[in-house]
Amino acid sequence: MKLTDTLQFASGSLKGSPTRTLLMMLAMSIGVAAVVILTALGEGARRYVIDQFSSLGTNLVIVLPGRTETAGVGPGLMSGQTPRDITLEDAQALLRSRAIQRIAPLTVGSATLSRDALNRDVVVLGSTADLLEVRHMGIAVGKFLPAGDIDESSSVCVLGNQMKQELFGNEQAVGQWVRLGDRRFRVIGILSAQGESMGMRTDELVIIPVASAHQLFNTSGLFRILVEAKSRDSVEQAKHDAEEILVQRHSGERDVTVITQDAVLATFDRILTTLTMAVGGIAAISLAVAGVLIMNVMLIAVAQRVKEIGLLKALGAPPKQIRRLFFAEAALLSTIGCVAGLILGYIGSTIIGQIYPSLPVSPPWWAVIAACVTALGTGILFSVWPARRAARLDPVAALAGR
Amino acid sequence: MIELQNVSRTFTVGDQQVAALRDINLRLDAGEYISIMGPSGSGKSTMLNLLGLLDRPSEGTYLLDGGNVTDLSDEQQAHVRSEKIGFVFQSFHLVPRLTAAQNVELPMILAGVPAEERRQRVEVLMQNYGLAARADHRPDQLSGGQRQRVAIARATVMRPTVLLADEPTGNLDRNTGWEVLKLLEGLLEQGITLVVVTHDAEIGARAHRQIHMLDGKIRSDDRPAA
Repeated sequence: MKLTDTLQFASGSLKGSPTRTLLMMLAMSIGVAAVVILTALGEGARRYVIDQFSSLGTNLVIVLPGRTETAGVGPGLMSGQTPRDITLEDAQALLRSRAIQRIAPLTVGSATLSRDALNRDVVVLGSTADLLEVRHMGIAVGKFLPAGDIDESSSVCVLGNQMKQELFGNEQAVGQWVRLGDRRFRVIGILSAQGESMGMRTDELVIIPVASAHQLFNTSGLFRILVEAKSRDSVEQAKHDAEEILVQRHSGERDVTVITQDAVLATFDRILTTLTMAVGGIAAISLAVAGVLIMNVMLIAVAQRVKEIGLLKALGAPPKQIRRLFFAEAALLSTIGCVAGLILGYIGSTIIGQIYPSLPVSPPWWAVIAACVTALGTGILFSVWPARRAARLDPVAALAGR
Repeated sequence: MIELQNVSRTFTVGDQQVAALRDINLRLDAGEYISIMGPSGSGKSTMLNLLGLLDRPSEGTYLLDGGNVTDLSDEQQAHVRSEKIGFVFQSFHLVPRLTAAQNVELPMILAGVPAEERRQRVEVLMQNYGLAARADHRPDQLSGGQRQRVAIARATVMRPTVLLADEPTGNLDRNTGWEVLKLLEGLLEQGITLVVVTHDAEIGARAHRQIHMLDGKIRSDDRPAA
């Protein structure tokens, strides 16, 4: 018997009892859809967390002065005395590494920001034009710091959203002059509202060129260097390079600490992937239940079709062929049920995505494949027994309907 | 040519051994027309099942076309059935969801005959048996006589050497029964061996060789016409 004929005959007998076929397909498709939707939710949660992290900056490596034995950054480091400062030259030297895309040096200090009679104590951030990219900040009005020589100071500043509100209200701020400490700065841009990240409220910041900040605070050391690696894969390389370059420049002394956000991210990634798999596994149980249902219904089908099986035997169908016919039926059922389930699952995840737009819901490819394989596997596995039972029927008894 | 040598068939019912056939010796030549008659329980159906390889003898040997088919595996016996044996049943045994033409095609599908050849052979047979107009009807849309004609077409589509008919007219009225019988007898011209099991003495009497059975034994084996 040819394969196409086998499939045709099997689909014929499926069509012959539409209710039975429909119910089995329903069970199968609900199982598959459950796997798809639940893993899509898990995967969505994972991607949501990763997205949140990468809003701090992608592929970020942070260089800070001083040596700490642990990877954590405690607040104590803010005041940590170091044998040697990290200088602007150190920062620029990092760009020699091929794994490093761009850098943003950071100097932090506090000063009084004033406009006419209004005064505010603010955190002042000295940096360069690249900070915008490295930290994924946004500009609401005007421009960010101009790109130019890192050593060049200029009297311009960018205000955090809230600072602008407090000093200017609804007035036009860009182009106006403010006083920071004993110097005057022209406002060239306003940051878009961002909230808190990495322990700093960007809404309350004032950002000025790093050279100006050094003059303002009378220092030459950097608080941090933010380093963006070329890609996720080159983060480790960038970390290694940064360390080596700085050790070299500091006469062989390891007096800097280089940390990555990847370590934290990887942990979250692992936890959430495991969760997704666990949830998918639970959903897969419903597939197994669907498999048992298929077996049950197949057994009924064998009982109902005893005469037909007897006839097929009388007409010269060997046991092997009878088994194949039942396998083909189960395989067809599982395939159609699986496809229906995938469609159902994708529709379901799309609906959830519409309801919770911030959750990037989409089923991971491995879950889709696993669901299909499990559906087909259980369908065929659970038809082994009914198929064998059919193949073993005694033709004489079967023809008599016994 | 068919030969049964010292064939017995015993069934176990509960803890009792019931002998359906006792030490049967029988030789059927190619092209013979044989009727097997006898009361219920005389063993004639068991005999037919053995001849059709649907059942295995408890003892003895079955030779079909010179070859010993007694100890063939299930797969091999299925192959022999497919090639050499056709069945016609009292209750027709058509597959209800298939059309008349598809029912006739079924043995060829199982044997793996190419689709084009199947179509041609089905068409010729449907024509010959006067079923051409009914080819696309399902069994429940056919009369009893038409159903049995479809069943005969199905039994002969693989060109078997032996046709085994179990009460072929049992579910038909008298006239239709005669028509079906004539159709079966027409196959003798093609050299087929026809074995008809029947209760009906009038039908049995038409065969060239009449075997009467009683209690699992052959009581008489007559060839009145010969």
